Amino acid sequence: MLGLINSAIEGFLRETYGAARWREVLRQAGLGFDRFEPLMTYDPEITDTLLAAATAVLDRPRDALLEDLGHWLVAARSGGRLRRLLRFGGVGFPDFLQSLEDLPARARLALPELDFPPLHLDEAGAGLFRLRFDEPFAGAGAVLSGVLRSMADDYGTLALIDWDGAADATITIHILAEDHAEAREFDLVHSAI
Amino acid sequence: MIVGGLALEEAGLSLLMPMHLRLSASGRIIGIGATLGRILGRGGLTGAAFWDRFAVSRPAGVTSMGDLAARQGQRLVLSLPEAPEISFRGVGAAEAGGGVFLNLSFGIGIIDAVRRHGLTHADFAPTDLAVELLYLVEAKAAVTEELRRLTHRLDGARHLAEEEALTDTLTGLRNRRALFAALERACAGGRPFGVMHMDLDHFKAVNDSLGHAAGDHVLREVAQILLAETRAADTVARIGGDEFVILLPEIEGPGGMQAIGQRIVDRVARPFDFEGRPCRIGASLGLSFSGLFDDPDPDALLEDADKALYEAKRQGRGQIVMSGRFARQGVDQSG
Repeated sequence: MLGLINSAIEGFLRETYGAARWREVLRQAGLGFDRFEPLMTYDPEITDTLLAAATAVLDRPRDALLEDLGHWLVAARSGGRLRRLLRFGGVGFPDFLQSLEDLPARARLALPELDFPPLHLDEAGAGLFRLRFDEPFAGAGAVLSGVLRSMADDYGTLALIDWDGAADATITIHILAEDHAEAREFDLVHSAI
Repeated sequence: MIVGGLALEEAGLSLLMPMHLRLSASGRIIGIGATLGRILGRGGLTGAAFWDRFAVSRPAGVTSMGDLAARQGQRLVLSLPEAPEISFRGVGAAEAGGGVFLNLSFGIGIIDAVRRHGLTHADFAPTDLAVELLYLVEAKAAVTEELRRLTHRLDGARHLAEEEALTDTLTGLRNRRALFAALERACAGGRPFGVMHMDLDHFKAVNDSLGHAAGDHVLREVAQILLAETRAADTVARIGGDEFVILLPEIEGPGGMQAIGQRIVDRVARPFDFEGRPCRIGASLGLSFSGLFDDPDPDALLEDADKALYEAKRQGRGQIVMSGRFARQGVDQSG
């Protein structure tokens, strides 16, 4: 598995809880190295080891930590790169949701070796969606819930997002008000390019 | 526009092709897609003259409606006279009555075009892959940036590893760094030890006459001799081009060192074979001993052995010279 998730966990813990706590997590995890490279491959078990250590050191439930991670990935991560890439998915939040099934293919366009599970979106009623996928690691649904909540905010949409906690995860998205607030600005071409 | 039974209003055409143009036989714009209209501003209003607003740069020589109609189905490259750096690609189809229907898109300059005109998702037809292209550009930039950082970090790690390495890559002997670490340990340990500083004679001549490959070969052969003629506990290091230092722990006095030194000098003096040609070199040695110092330290010992080596070189080649301190200490003892 690519180090993207591990490296995201590292960035999130460092930025949110500070370098000292991150070192404590590393010590607890006993991995024998002190940073993750996003584009290098790691044993999938390392993610679990890392999360178990973080949960113990920070005394925070795993799912809550992972949902915060999802939120951080979109809203706080320096540069907001993932947010931008996700915003390419659609004009509004419902449009964005419809684009999620394309996400694995999009991700592979950028990184062919990325192991992204297929996502299935069902429209269950007006403004009611169900997103189903198999978790690549336990708690991935929590991360995705955090990402979706942040993206709803980004689009200025008021939505209820609920993850069932199962490994063959279902996330229910209920859009209450699509244009609840002003959407954050998004230019198709980033000023840095 | 009526095609068989198909009837589309201008608004419907614009949904499918937001960058289309309908031109009359006289070259007037009689219909325009929403996105192209936004880009052209007032100049794209219906009724404007197409040839005032656009230049067809490829194929060459397309300057009239007749030329355009004749090029139907071919790829056209068009630009705006006021912004020649942003080009459009297009394709035309002749309409009955001499008009031409053109559909345009951005070429490879899409990034500049999107930035310049502030285009958004809504400006592209859902079937257009333009947004995917922009996504890809940005995703690739992110991956490239990450790779660049990774390379930078790996490079740093490699430098660090090299700095921390203890082995001389050419001969496999210890390097200067490892020697100093061993000397520090020996000095701190308080047990008597000897230091031999060795320099090859005529090495430069081998390098100059037979080339660097021969020189490297000789250095590796000398390294093997040094390892063979010393004990397992000794530290044998190459600290410069043809300069070697041997740290000999548990040496009680000059006698043992002298014997080892002599064996080395004798063996190095035998000709080496390099690709069938003999290489003749020699070795000069300067010896020092920790017992000559009240408070031995690596620098003082090496300097002392180096002085002795200098004296050995001065006396001719293949000599072994003990530190001058031996003699002085001998005088002190007898006195």
